Amino acid sequence: MVWQSGTAFWSMGGYGLYVWGSFGVTVLGVALEVWLLRRGQRSLINRLQRMQRWEAQ
Amino acid sequence: MNLYHYAAPATFYHLAGRWIPWFAWGAALLAGIGLYISFFVAPTDFQQGEAYRIIFIHVPTAWMSMFIYLVMAFWCAIGLAFNTRLSFLMARALAPTGALFCFLALWTGALWGKPMWGAWWVWDARLTSQLILLFLYVGIMALWAAIDDPKRGDRAGALLILVGAVNVPIIYFSVKWWNTLHQGSSINLTKAPSMATIMLVGMLVMAVAAWLYTIAVAFVRVRGLILERERHTDWAQAALKEA
Repeated sequence: MVWQSGTAFWSMGGYGLYVWGSFGVTVLGVALEVWLLRRGQRSLINRLQRMQRWEAQ
Repeated sequence: MNLYHYAAPATFYHLAGRWIPWFAWGAALLAGIGLYISFFVAPTDFQQGEAYRIIFIHVPTAWMSMFIYLVMAFWCAIGLAFNTRLSFLMARALAPTGALFCFLALWTGALWGKPMWGAWWVWDARLTSQLILLFLYVGIMALWAAIDDPKRGDRAGALLILVGAVNVPIIYFSVKWWNTLHQGSSINLTKAPSMATIMLVGMLVMAVAAWLYTIAVAFVRVRGLILERERHTDWAQAALKEA
């Protein structure tokens, strides 16, 4: 194990802001993309299904 | 194996649908392993302390931003040369993820530059050409969004992507061609990597995770694009009823 304690882990030898700022924003960015993608796909399918029903009439 | 068979939108739509969970779970698993190596296996760097751990996302995201662009350029060239419908959709499906990785490479680079160089940003050849890559991604997506006719949009976007591809070797070789504050590459094809093996392994695991993630999200996006374009065909009507 590299870390002596939980505090040492979070402080990252004084570079906590930079390290967690990097990993944190990466996780946020990926989560945001996945969320937007799911939302976008759902609304696309709904739109296409509506058009399909409309054209069937 | 007949490649034309898989290039048919209907076949690819169903094939991609079956593969997505594998790529997504593979990405999650490898990202977990990569993060574990990044924080609990890789030792502290003797020069940069803990700040160097940013490398485990900075390098894979920077690689991805360039690879994805080249893959888009490849599909655009195929699309323009052979007029294959699916090729342009691949480029459209990849662009947002490429832009995300490009932004993350710049962001993590700024957060690494501040403690090491004393500056969030410098107008260094590597940083500037990478920023141009982000502008290219954003410009390409804006161009697609601005053109209503999908086929014209495909072609206009493809042309811009192919012209912009000249920037990728500039980014890659910038640290060689010019005197940059950004360090040279620690890994290249011709000589042994100048870094500890465990750091290299961590970076490669993260890079493969990023690849699997990219394929998963691009497949989800391309399936949507295929359905939208093919919605008048019988198979798409049937697929929509099931979706």
